[in-house]
Amino acid sequence: MSWFKKNRQNDFPTYKFERGAGRPYHFLDSAASALTPKIVLEAMDLYYRTYRANVHRGLYRASAKATASYEAARENIANFLHAAPEEVVFTRGATESLNLVAYSLAATLQPEDEVVISIMEHHANFVPWQQFAQRFGFKLRIIPITKNFELDKEEARKIIGPKTKILSLVHVSNVLGTVNPVKELSALAHQYGATVIVDAAQSVGHRPVDFAELGCDFLAFSGHKTYGPTGIGALIGRYSALSQLSPFLYGGEMIAEVTKEYSVWNEVPHKFEAGTPNIAGAIGLSAAVDYMQEIGLDELAKHERELTAYAIAQLSTIEDVTIIGPGADQDRGGAVSFSVENIHPHDLAHILGNHGVCVRGGHHCAMPLMQELDLPGTTRASFGIYSQPKDIDALVKAVKYVRNKFGS
Amino acid sequence: MTAQNIEPCGEADVYREEILDHSRQPRNKQVMIDATFKSQRRNMSCGDSMEIFVKLGEGEKVAQLTFDGVGCAISQATASMLTEEATGKTLDEIMALSERDIFELLGTEVGPARIRCAMLALETLKKGIEEYRK
Ligand SMILES: Cc1ncc(COP(=O)(O)O)c(C=O)c1O
Repeated sequence: MSWFKKNRQNDFPTYKFERGAGRPYHFLDSAASALTPKIVLEAMDLYYRTYRANVHRGLYRASAKATASYEAARENIANFLHAAPEEVVFTRGATESLNLVAYSLAATLQPEDEVVISIMEHHANFVPWQQFAQRFGFKLRIIPITKNFELDKEEARKIIGPKTKILSLVHVSNVLGTVNPVKELSALAHQYGATVIVDAAQSVGHRPVDFAELGCDFLAFSGHKTYGPTGIGALIGRYSALSQLSPFLYGGEMIAEVTKEYSVWNEVPHKFEAGTPNIAGAIGLSAAVDYMQEIGLDELAKHERELTAYAIAQLSTIEDVTIIGPGADQDRGGAVSFSVENIHPHDLAHILGNHGVCVRGGHHCAMPLMQELDLPGTTRASFGIYSQPKDIDALVKAVKYVRNKFGS
Repeated sequence: MTAQNIEPCGEADVYREEILDHSRQPRNKQVMIDATFKSQRRNMSCGDSMEIFVKLGEGEKVAQLTFDGVGCAISQATASMLTEEATGKTLDEIMALSERDIFELLGTEVGPARIRCAMLALETLKKGIEEYRK
């Protein structure tokens, strides 16, 4: 491809390993988890080797350096997303971030209150609200999608109203690639005084995300989907919103004072970080932010946009293949779901895997969406900064192979 | 063994021609109206559904076995093969069938990602037998 200038696969040790093993390797599953660049591994390695200590506790060199690095990571992530350092709470990832907010807010809701989500939510932003609706008796309302796989804005405007206490919406769908109008709907929900939560697991690291500009109160993402390590992520919360929120976990570090009778919480964001945090994870995630910023978010987005357009165009040439998501002419994310007539996505993904084409097949943790689309699942290709057009060529070739193999 | 020494994908190709043939042209795939008992099971995570119909003959021997449903090639092909394999067996003999026997039918082991697909038909059949005996 002449339009493809830079190959960054050498930044990612996984490629060297797979090539060394002599296997074909076309990683197209970044929406599930992105590969990790060398500089992230090195940053974590350095922590474990040269200043291994807990944070906020010891009065010696290593502990002071660990604390400074951990807090510098918070600041780096805050700058990256246009938030203040106090507005960054480290968590295990998007799932924990969303649960943190849901646990703390759901208990304040009354039976006449409504929580609004969409049908395309990941289980991480669906199941907590569904379960709390049953426990606390508030009403869960679900915005549908249109035939073009977009959020039904007309319905959204009808559903969001005076009873809406919380709007929790996915920014970019991990199944469809749809980009939701979160800024616009956030403004609408705020007119009714609602709290707005954005699941940005598929947008952070894939396009510029500006917390202040989006206008939401909370934003959740995972480090492992943004070239960082597993087990770390963050909840970004407006300072005033975080201040009003009750803590989610109790323990060390989150308290200012404990007596036999009562406890006083530490200040935001520490009151949400009970126990020893994932120190290496935070340091690794900060290095991933450096990596992304060095390339530039516009460049990352452009790279994915071009690959997405190429994938949709190439897959569409195959007979019996249907793209499940908006076309490449839309502003969309880099998750390309498709189905092949008469071939179950698990069979397809399984055989593709045998050919070194790593994709995901199934419901992608969005079973309500699959029911709505009346599909058993989809096969999904998704991209990162290391992905190349030849990976898509390999995908297309393997899909054709499977079609032949299954052909009656 | 440490957690790193595992290579889970060593299995042979599940998608042999015989299996694809069973999935393309499943044997005994039809609803049975005069079944002695039937049993239904779903594998929600795959969207697979399986219904098995059993007609008993003398001595609790299976006289006829059919299935109906939708699903992946592995679940459909194992169901098709199982209907052939289990016909003529007694209910006790069927209850004694295990994962090993399914692997033998398929001619290969099935990894953890697909084991539920491979076991769906046998589990549905066993569930039906248990309920019938209640
Ligand atoms: C849109 C979306 N939300 C939430 C999550 C949950 O992320 P994690 O499993 O890292 O907590 C995912 C991950 O698949 C996702 O794609």
